[in-house]
Amino acid sequence: MSSDRMTLRLRIWRQMDADTPGKLVDYTVKDVSTHMSFLEMLDVLNEDLIRKAERPVEFDSDCREGICGTCGMVVNGMAHGPLDGTTVCQLHMRHFQDGDTITIEPWRSRAFPVIRDLVVDRGSLDRIIAAGGYVSVDTGGAPDANAVPISKISVDSAMDAAACIGCGACVAACPNGSAALFTAAKITHLSHLPQGQVERRERALRMVAQMDDEGFGNCSNHAECEAVCPKNISIRTIARMRREYLRGLVVR
Amino acid sequence: MKLDAKIPAGPIQDKWDSHRFNLKLISPANKRKYHIIVVGTGLAGASAAASLGELGYEVTAFCIQDSPRRAHSIAAQGGINAAKNYANDGDSIWRLFYDTVKGGDFRAREANVYRLAQVSVNIIDQCVAQGVPFAREYGGLLATRSFGGTQVTRTFYARGQTGQQLLLGAYQAMMRQVEKGKVTVHPRREMLDLVLVNGQARGVIVRNLITGEIERYAGHAVVLATGGYGNLYYLSTNAVNSNATAIWRCYKRGAAFANPCFTQIHPTCIPVSGSYQSKLTLMSESLRNDGRVWVPKMKGDKRPPLQIPEEERDYYLERKYPSFGNLVPRDIASRNAKEVCDAGRGVGETGLAVYLDFADTIERDGIDSVKDKYGNLFDMYERITGENGYVTPMRIYPAIHYTMGGLWVDYDLMSTIPGLFVLGEANFSDHGANRLGASALMQGLADGYFIIPYTIGNYLATTAVAPTATDSVEFKCTLDEVRGRIEKLLALRGNRTPRDFHREIGRIMWDYAGMGRNEKGLKHAIEELRRIRGEFWQDLVVPAGEDLNKNLEFAGRVADYAELGDLLAVDALHRKESCGGHFREESQTPEGEALRDDANFTYAAAWEFAGEDALPTLHKEPLAFEHVHLTQRSYK
Repeated sequence: MSSDRMTLRLRIWRQMDADTPGKLVDYTVKDVSTHMSFLEMLDVLNEDLIRKAERPVEFDSDCREGICGTCGMVVNGMAHGPLDGTTVCQLHMRHFQDGDTITIEPWRSRAFPVIRDLVVDRGSLDRIIAAGGYVSVDTGGAPDANAVPISKISVDSAMDAAACIGCGACVAACPNGSAALFTAAKITHLSHLPQGQVERRERALRMVAQMDDEGFGNCSNHAECEAVCPKNISIRTIARMRREYLRGLVVR
Repeated sequence: MKLDAKIPAGPIQDKWDSHRFNLKLISPANKRKYHIIVVGTGLAGASAAASLGELGYEVTAFCIQDSPRRAHSIAAQGGINAAKNYANDGDSIWRLFYDTVKGGDFRAREANVYRLAQVSVNIIDQCVAQGVPFAREYGGLLATRSFGGTQVTRTFYARGQTGQQLLLGAYQAMMRQVEKGKVTVHPRREMLDLVLVNGQARGVIVRNLITGEIERYAGHAVVLATGGYGNLYYLSTNAVNSNATAIWRCYKRGAAFANPCFTQIHPTCIPVSGSYQSKLTLMSESLRNDGRVWVPKMKGDKRPPLQIPEEERDYYLERKYPSFGNLVPRDIASRNAKEVCDAGRGVGETGLAVYLDFADTIERDGIDSVKDKYGNLFDMYERITGENGYVTPMRIYPAIHYTMGGLWVDYDLMSTIPGLFVLGEANFSDHGANRLGASALMQGLADGYFIIPYTIGNYLATTAVAPTATDSVEFKCTLDEVRGRIEKLLALRGNRTPRDFHREIGRIMWDYAGMGRNEKGLKHAIEELRRIRGEFWQDLVVPAGEDLNKNLEFAGRVADYAELGDLLAVDALHRKESCGGHFREESQTPEGEALRDDANFTYAAAWEFAGEDALPTLHKEPLAFEHVHLTQRSYK
């Protein structure tokens, strides 16, 4: 066996649906190239399972370049695996060693019911956005794009937060199952821009209320979310969300 | 079938304005009586759904992902063009129009392209109003950069995540309508067929990807925004779920498919590393602003790049195209990369790569400046390859990226099926034979925000659309066909997985209908695809399970690729000229550039389905170039 080929032992969470108990099942994958992505390694496992007439491991993925936010699994206890600022689709096998055992589990949170195996329902995040994560402008009638200058610092801060891909790793990593980082990222993005000012108080109140309604926990500053965020979104956004929320309460 | 592009009369600069005035309107109170189905929630679909909801229509939107925010538009990196002329460098609507027609190698419809250039300026305004954080200068005004095929800087961007930010803007606008009850979004649904009633598009059959249930939805019109068919090639920059099934099913229901052979190969992708590879990753073309492309002058030179002295490097794009240099259009950059690699001067382990080198820029502007502009791209490169692009030059190679071909549409974006509108990459309209960088985002949003809201109203106001219900015979029949197909797939007990077949189809397409095409190869591809279609329905194995079953989803898509690949090859075979992304090796200039045959091929080729195993019928939409005169494209 050449030096860039590995044999790995996988322990993967298998669960038929939200109502059926799941369990970790052991698999061995051979001939794993160090250049493979983590999901390509699972593809190889699945091809093998299909040929053996076994049920493949279901997992979500789409762009496989770290931007769509579709993929997500807990690898050895870490959301998206061991590499900083990286989604699991961009994690490559060169970060593992021959003979390693890798445990793979779905996002676990009350607000993310398991659909099957590693596939979870993250519809709750969409509903948080629907509660106010936008600027209420209809198509047409927008003023010239350069009519309102925006300082580079503001727009860079907005962009830092807007980079959120909505993958839900923050929720999976949080001991409280809180979606504070996700919600705060959108509130922060819009609060840094002049276009976001008009609705900023209502927005914070409504989005936070929706987050609570969905069954997400509260933030108690563990900062696990920041540690796993593939886009390195800072928990300072959560502090900002709290200020926005308080300001909303006071002014209301 | 008769193709009528319905291009409005009058001077080109007045066509859209006068057409908008002539379009029939539906009063605000009546709009709520109309139900519109939107399939796909990328830039085109989400912007259409949002805008139609704002106007008062009842909209039902479907997406294949678990959330509409994940459509593959999100992966577009570099930017979006607009004729704002903020840079004061001579840009104008006319120039964007001219660049796009020329860049498309004179195979697009002039009137559509002019309109696209016109509304480009509104898109930027709209997106800024939504809170899209475009890059800005220190004075607070919008920053722009340049892209391939142009000599002005008209590309607006949000770091390397422009598509993401534009899509989130459209998605948020759509979610606002969801909150208001005007739009209903059904995620994790795959459209598997179109339902026609009295010849009009009246509904869709979708599969619920969680429960496996086959569902039916009816409306007064159907808007298709399901993207391109690049995944036909197996390895492409598309997302793994991007597929051609929706447009293919509509083709088989009577929508003409135009210019399927116009596919775009993007020059700056990370090279293939092994057979397990599931996709190729693109790095934004904006890198070509500051990166210099080169290969060793000497054949088979395996020295590490830093050991190859300056005088032994061939900066072949700068050498051959001095006025555009590294910023030549995508088709030219890709073909040249293939040419140097075919000549044995490719680099890396496989020899299928060229260098993209930032050393000069880093020395000139400093590493921080490069990090600021392209940091995320360098990070991505390092994650995938394990190499640091700041220190050693990146290795790049072309990959399938975009498909200019798609369902034929008229000026109103309606296909040859009444009531079926097609937006974004799924249609064939604006990019001709080659798309310029940063123009896909522009087209998707133009179609969704600024064109369909007008033209669909005219259709509904001028067409008798009888009431229909999902329990009608048409819905039942179509649903039965869809179900039959799924049952057939599930019953197969062969030895080969859907991925295995997909990989084989992709290999054939890449080898014989990729960057270079010739008669012999295309005929071979057609035969091979026929063989594969036969084997597919004998030797496929799909895991059991009618509910969530991703391999069942893939199997259906692969079956369609095997058919679509055939149409692509047939189109490529018939188009004996080279143009844009379609390079027929028999038709080239003495210098090896694409040679068009305007006398015989100045038309869009729209193919009509004529039955299984029958040759499709070719219809020609002649193209007139009244404003941008037909010339041999030159970027020398």
